[in-house]
Amino acid sequence: MTAPKTIYDKIWDAHVVSEDADGTCLLYIDRHLVHEVTSPQAFEGLRMAGRKVRAPEKTIAVPDHNVPTTLDRASGVIDNEESRIQVEALDKNAKDFGIHYYPVSDVRQGIVHIVGPEQGWTLPGMTVVCGDSHTATHGAFGALAHGIGTSEVEHVLATQTLIQKKSKNMKVEITGKLRPGVTAKDITLSVIGHTGTGGGTGYVIEYCGEAIRDLSMEGRMTVCNMAIEGGARAGLIAPDEKTFEYCKGRPHAPKGAAWEAAVAYWKTLFTDEGAHFDKVVTIKGEDIAPVVTWGTSPEDVLPITATVPAPEDFKGGKVEAAKRALDYMGLTAGQKLTDIEIDTVFIGSCTNGRIEDLRAAAEILKGKKIKDGMRAMVVPGSGLVRAQAEEEGLADIFKDAGFEWRMAGCSMCLAMNPDQLAEGERCASTSNRNFEGRQGYKGRTHLVSPAMAAAAAITGRLTDVREMM
Amino acid sequence: MEKYQTLTGIAAPMPLVNIDTDMIIPKVFLKTIKRSGLGVNLFDEMRYDRQGNEIADFVLNKPQYRNAEILVAGDNFGCGSSREHAPWALADFGIKAIISTSFADIFYNNSFKNGILPIVMPQDVVDVLMKDAEKGENARMTVDLENQTVTTSDGQEFKFEVDSFKKHCLLNGLDDIGLTMEKASHIDTYEAKLAAERPWA
Ligand code: SF4
Repeated sequence: MTAPKTIYDKIWDAHVVSEDADGTCLLYIDRHLVHEVTSPQAFEGLRMAGRKVRAPEKTIAVPDHNVPTTLDRASGVIDNEESRIQVEALDKNAKDFGIHYYPVSDVRQGIVHIVGPEQGWTLPGMTVVCGDSHTATHGAFGALAHGIGTSEVEHVLATQTLIQKKSKNMKVEITGKLRPGVTAKDITLSVIGHTGTGGGTGYVIEYCGEAIRDLSMEGRMTVCNMAIEGGARAGLIAPDEKTFEYCKGRPHAPKGAAWEAAVAYWKTLFTDEGAHFDKVVTIKGEDIAPVVTWGTSPEDVLPITATVPAPEDFKGGKVEAAKRALDYMGLTAGQKLTDIEIDTVFIGSCTNGRIEDLRAAAEILKGKKIKDGMRAMVVPGSGLVRAQAEEEGLADIFKDAGFEWRMAGCSMCLAMNPDQLAEGERCASTSNRNFEGRQGYKGRTHLVSPAMAAAAAITGRLTDVREMM
Repeated sequence: MEKYQTLTGIAAPMPLVNIDTDMIIPKVFLKTIKRSGLGVNLFDEMRYDRQGNEIADFVLNKPQYRNAEILVAGDNFGCGSSREHAPWALADFGIKAIISTSFADIFYNNSFKNGILPIVMPQDVVDVLMKDAEKGENARMTVDLENQTVTTSDGQEFKFEVDSFKKHCLLNGLDDIGLTMEKASHIDTYEAKLAAERPWA
């Protein structure tokens, strides 16, 4: 009998091409996603060495980080010279190397981590990489998915493999049911608040437990998306009927007999009884509250009902970091989080730019108006999410409430395009990083769920969404 | 890539924890399609004010640290975005080794590919090295990859662990892609098996 394995062990074993004596493996990569910011130097490297893309049919490219999200972008012109050069470079590289491409003009264009699953590229049991840390998102399908650097992008393009050593196994179990008003975003932020941003370093996390099983595929993607903020190489969730249902009929999912064979294989992808985990974290679903971040690290998480902490509440290097964070965020210890006034709301990103996220926000906004003077925008995660939201009437709810209704892209998640915070502006954001300057120079970010972002847009301050339900 | 040599140089202290890749190289500099020239923008928002003037009390602006080749940093260095622009900028500035209690995974891997050695040491050792780095330019620290040691300016020696494959590649300046291409027949075999067992992939 073979030893019991985790789902990570199983996927790993199925992808080992060769193994050296010291445990360094060559791992086969099933899907490689590419975007404009981290790939130009990799393609340049290929050209200089006279190499080809080994498996162009497994390589998908889409511009997302730099693209404008204004409605007039259809004209095709990107004003920022450098952004335009990057997008044009991707256009050319995709063409020259013969890889699948979704240009800005294509309705299927969007954030790479939303497009991959939507088009059926991401499937259970696969290895998925991208030159982007939020590749962890695809783990929601029971895939082993993680971010890589540009040198590794070049390595995968040339060889369809990665040189890897296995990580350790970590289990994060969320037991029981969530309380009303608590979402996947609150789960994933709470886990990081619990483990710290370095708590997952060296691990691949498997999320499990009733509260995780109860999540939709969209919710599971939100949870896995932020595994990287907890330091983990990847986060994944064993596939089940919901996963199969989501994949079925997608353009690049298998069909007919191949589909049946695939499902039969996918059903073997679960952690065996008694498999070993190097670290286990258990959180009760009912203990999770709607949360917000107060500082400049995703681990600076508190329930919305709490007050801003003092640097002395922490230990070691974190005291200095907390001091710096409070100063940067313009907050004082002891202040109620619900008293923090905001001037900007951003709903979007690969964390919360899917249809379910827009539904959750629209539900709160229905028939209401955002606070006077508030700048609020919704940036759907893909052109298809956008189209569906329009069909469901969500777009009208957002527009009537006073939100800008944008085209798909990363937008203010990292503010590489013109969607940015000005100095001192304070944003309730559904994205994943509250680092200094992330959403614009000296901009201040509070990470929240889509429903919490909508509530904040109405009141003009961080708000407990449960008061509006 | 150049072969990694034993290094004796100035170490700059950066005790802040969670130094993320957005701090190391802010996103406005990611729009380049080249690898080179990012050193002047290393730690840009901490190093310069909005007018582009140097902020005097930032460590790498201090006269004694301007030529630093080693960073001694707080926990969880390099967290956040996967951008390889972070090690490109560090390398371009002249940093060849970084010492911390821990590194974010992707940054750690990216460093090796750009001639930077990330060294993990326990907290008490990092504390000693941080103190040594605070002594300024006359206190030269030595990093010896071959023997896996860091030696302070006053001769205290500390061992560190490093993955044997990564060490081998760095010491010999080997290119990963070239190494993997030598295994092309293994990849062919794997792909044939994959096509039979999981044709949908
Ligand atoms: S939405 Fe944000 S986190 Fe996601 S890929 Fe784009 S920039 Fe990265």
